[in-house]
Amino acid sequence: MAWTKKYLRVNLTEGTIKVEDLNMAWANEYLGQRGLATRYLIDEIDPKCDALSPENKMIMTTGPLTGTMASTGGRYSVVCKSPLTGAVACSNSGGLFGAELKSAGWDMIIFEGKSASPVYLSIQNEKAELLSAEALWGKSVWEADAILHKTHQDPQLKVAAVGRSAEQGCLYAAIVNDMHRAAGRSGVGTVMASKNLKAVVVRGTRGVGNIKDMPRFMDATNAGKAVLAENPVTGQGLPALGTQVLMNVINEVGAMPTRNMRETQFEGAHKIAGEAMLEPRKSDGKPNLTRNGGCFGCTIACGRISTIDRTHFSVQDKPEYWGNSGGLEYEAAWAMGSDCGVDDLDALTYANFLCNEDGMDPISFGATLAAAMEMFEDGDLTTEQTGGMELKFGSAEALCWAAEVVATGEGFGADLGLGSKRLCEKYGRPELSMTVKGQEFPAYDPRGMQGMGLTYATSNRGACHLRSYTVSSEVLGVPVKTDPLETDGKADLVKAFQDATAAVDSAGLCIFTTFAWSMEDIAPQVDAACEGEWSVEKMLEVGERVWQLERQFNQAAGIGGDQDTLPKRLLTEGAGSGPAQGKVAELDKMLPQYYELRGWNTDGSMTDATRQKWNLPA
Amino acid sequence: MQKSLTIDPEKCTGCLQCEMACSYQSDGLFNPSKSRIKVFNFHEEGRFVPYTCTQCDEAWCLHACPVDAITLDASTGAKIVNADTCVGCKVCTIACPFGTVNYNSDTGKVAKCDLCAGDPACAKACPTDAITYVDADATGYERMKEWAAKTDAGMTAGA
Amino acid sequence: MHHVIIGAGPAGVVAAENLRKLDPTAKISIYGAEREVPYSRMAIPYFLIENVPEQGTHLRKNDRHYDLMNIEVHQQRVDKIDAAAKALSLEDGSTVNYDKLLIATGSHPVRPPIPGMELENVHSCWTLEDGRAIAEKAKPGNTVVLMGAGFIGCIILESLAIRGVDLTVVEAENRMVPRMMNEISGNLIKRWCEEKGVNVRTSTRVDGIEEGGDKALKLSFNDGSTMEADVVICATGVRPNIAFLEGSGINTDEGILVNPYLETSQADIFAAGDVCQGLDFSTGSYMVQAIQPTAADHGMLAANNMVDGREQRHRGCVNMNVLDTMGLISASFGLWEGSGGDRSALEDYDNYRYLELQFEDDVLVGANSLGLTQHVGVLRGLIQSRTRLGKWKEKLMQDPTRVMEAYLACAQAQA
Repeated sequence: MAWTKKYLRVNLTEGTIKVEDLNMAWANEYLGQRGLATRYLIDEIDPKCDALSPENKMIMTTGPLTGTMASTGGRYSVVCKSPLTGAVACSNSGGLFGAELKSAGWDMIIFEGKSASPVYLSIQNEKAELLSAEALWGKSVWEADAILHKTHQDPQLKVAAVGRSAEQGCLYAAIVNDMHRAAGRSGVGTVMASKNLKAVVVRGTRGVGNIKDMPRFMDATNAGKAVLAENPVTGQGLPALGTQVLMNVINEVGAMPTRNMRETQFEGAHKIAGEAMLEPRKSDGKPNLTRNGGCFGCTIACGRISTIDRTHFSVQDKPEYWGNSGGLEYEAAWAMGSDCGVDDLDALTYANFLCNEDGMDPISFGATLAAAMEMFEDGDLTTEQTGGMELKFGSAEALCWAAEVVATGEGFGADLGLGSKRLCEKYGRPELSMTVKGQEFPAYDPRGMQGMGLTYATSNRGACHLRSYTVSSEVLGVPVKTDPLETDGKADLVKAFQDATAAVDSAGLCIFTTFAWSMEDIAPQVDAACEGEWSVEKMLEVGERVWQLERQFNQAAGIGGDQDTLPKRLLTEGAGSGPAQGKVAELDKMLPQYYELRGWNTDGSMTDATRQKWNLPA
Repeated sequence: MQKSLTIDPEKCTGCLQCEMACSYQSDGLFNPSKSRIKVFNFHEEGRFVPYTCTQCDEAWCLHACPVDAITLDASTGAKIVNADTCVGCKVCTIACPFGTVNYNSDTGKVAKCDLCAGDPACAKACPTDAITYVDADATGYERMKEWAAKTDAGMTAGA
Repeated sequence: MHHVIIGAGPAGVVAAENLRKLDPTAKISIYGAEREVPYSRMAIPYFLIENVPEQGTHLRKNDRHYDLMNIEVHQQRVDKIDAAAKALSLEDGSTVNYDKLLIATGSHPVRPPIPGMELENVHSCWTLEDGRAIAEKAKPGNTVVLMGAGFIGCIILESLAIRGVDLTVVEAENRMVPRMMNEISGNLIKRWCEEKGVNVRTSTRVDGIEEGGDKALKLSFNDGSTMEADVVICATGVRPNIAFLEGSGINTDEGILVNPYLETSQADIFAAGDVCQGLDFSTGSYMVQAIQPTAADHGMLAANNMVDGREQRHRGCVNMNVLDTMGLISASFGLWEGSGGDRSALEDYDNYRYLELQFEDDVLVGANSLGLTQHVGVLRGLIQSRTRLGKWKEKLMQDPTRVMEAYLACAQAQA
């Protein structure tokens, strides 16, 4: 139970919508959301297909705990083949959209084919229909959101949409829901736009029930909430400072990638950190941060709600940006900040607003701009290509301009929308792309945090921190403290984190709970909600099965062990300062052991024995 | 002293645990759309405002009901809809100037906050104490009552 | 002290209860003309669809309610008021003296002056007795014609449709519920009914009804067409019950004229409810509203002013209505037709959703809605508190569905 056991299959080519029963045998193996949708994807598409062709499918999917009173139980994921990496894409988002979809009675929506003209899907409980999006095409997410609310005359309507960047083919376009929550990574928004699907709007008033043992579920979720409240990270750090609590911490340990990862510490970090967001500014005496906000059911509430200084050059003539909106999270602040050398908090907030408004992944956007800045400083790029803009590290003007042109795809914005790998190849400097499998790094330099090097190299969706957040262990000491500069034991650590994360992502919960929750806290909540037995062991088994399945998809897509690597800079150029000074990412010390733990061949390929062990499709 | 729900929007993060708790209490499942307490999101202002019935003394809903389906719970001061008696005529939904009595087309009856017989589920579920159940003279409640008086059709002496 | 109340509807009963609260020792008597326990006409449609038993229509559910409150309830029609003698003549010829009198005699259905209205199978739908008769005759397969698509007509539509009758509604105006909903929403309600299988003929008048044909009745219309029917239900409006006041010295117009204290032109005689031409909040003029909330408000206020030493001035009632027409919920508030200020409207024809707001300057003065069930009461709240909307006026001009936000921001100072 907890699942609605029904999903929608929307054929955009035919314009048809069918109701289908959830495959409960698969649900028993993969739980839901990330795992279950990937099982459907691998069953239904050729992993070698062109990600932007009608052959690709896009699945919006909830977990069994989505829409329940479990803390953070409001997540949904978008699963498809990524146009950025060619690997499996699975991007997770909070806000209210996922819970609303569940409350409308649907575990998932599978989109297939491509509509002949722009459409959006409207769901009102059991009623689902494709409607014309001609009036929405060419609009930003925020504009589309306003139009859709007005059209449907319902302030409670939940909207997930793509912006102009996706329409223009930006390869790291996100799907943005509830104005500023995003299924951000790997270009899932680009896939959505490629299907001529502008938005999905949902109103669900049926509620979420089907809980196996409701009293036990309430006890288990209450116990979980108490653990979150008492933990210093989830109970204090994240509500007060958001993920930005990390900025100063990571900078101090010397793992803050700076200026396209040329350096590992940023001198301006304190100006863009979570603490800086609380400082009253000169113009109006207000801080950048108005308050924290929670996604559906979240008792942590790490979300930032911010304003930009009205006197700042980016918005002084744009009152439409003077109100509150989604503020800086650590990854965005890092990518657009230290990775580009920009220490202007308001410029970062403005660029972040634009990333939300037009649906760009701020990590890939910032990291791509950082690569462009390095090429500009090296003379590979000139104002001739940029149309006049000096792309210098540290230029807040360049950052704001870049966000504007990527949002619309104008001029050099189209090049920046290619992502770092393709941009660097285009301008003859492929080695400057800080990516794995074509996806840009997040905010932890593997030279100063060895576990993250292995994490990036082996992540099934390309470089990503949300596939195994060993930062928890290497910096925060959760669940146990490990030395960030040490490689010993990191293969085990990464595998354990990867498996646990895959299980959490398949349940409908937020990964941030795991700062406080272990699987001993999570499994009882899943077990009380879902039919079957969901012990700690079963949850970890599900997690590993999901990981193996994703690996299987990538291998079938032609992405093998040769891509389990890191850019040369990280493997050969030692960190310039901080505790990791002189250190490189020692991937070769960890990777063979990792393959062995996974039960793969020494070249990283899947063995038949492993495939059989996990009952993976051939 | 009688207690009342006191709401401090400054503390609300918009997580909707209260809405789920309310709907669970009354309907046995998690359904914010059927909650008697509703959190409003003032996006531009960066503010979340939980809102529900203040159990006002004027009790327009109670007086407007043509079939005596809304009664006073003397122990809590709550105005309670007796679902067996309610015919679903909706007069109370237009009579309540706070908009806190709503019609539920699934049941064909109206629904409003009943203070959970003195142990409100929303207050228990709120992780930030934005909703508390405290002595009735606490801050905020009086202001809402003042506004209630302003809406009065003519029950205020000499107005 | 003897308080006498003529009329056992909501206004009369609420008044009696409030009198008891304010004047614990007084004698309180209600005289109702119908041979029924005090009941609510609002509940008749729900009795017709068998949602509630007959007892479910009663204003008060406890059999001993009036005894417990020491309120006498008499089933006797009052024929005459002698204001000079402070006495009433009852239908049985007896006389009752009063110290303070409240007239809450309600209203009665009007029948158009056409031939055939007196025929056996032509009914009003107003009293519980009418309801019983209709329940008896509106059998599955029978053809029923409903004259009048006003509030009462619409509210009994569903009960008739559920009974499986072949239903035709005839309305003289160009839309349904013309005195509550504007042209757009009134016609959306019409289309809604048609989609549910009801035959709706607007801008049509019944010219006459006669006996004969295959069915009991034959109707002729102003366009020359005819149709046969088993039953005709007349719901073409109601008028205040004031005929018995002739010669009493109590001034009447459409209803009983009152001052801002709900007192009539005769000392110690008050009026409340449907019969009372009371103060309208929006226009400042006196009019018959004939709605449940106003009856209750009047009853409360009149009772207060009947007690010696108490005096409250009426600030006027907001005219408002809520209606469920076969599941489509509509509401109107205040000056829903507008008064020359800005209007903001959103229409969704496909989904039967509609919201129109009427402003004077930045104050909400009226509204019409379709399909709105959540927080609808704040429309009344905003109108009656005359809340200045400030910057929210412009936001509502852009999107009227944000009215709850506007209410919280402006009326509750929450944002």
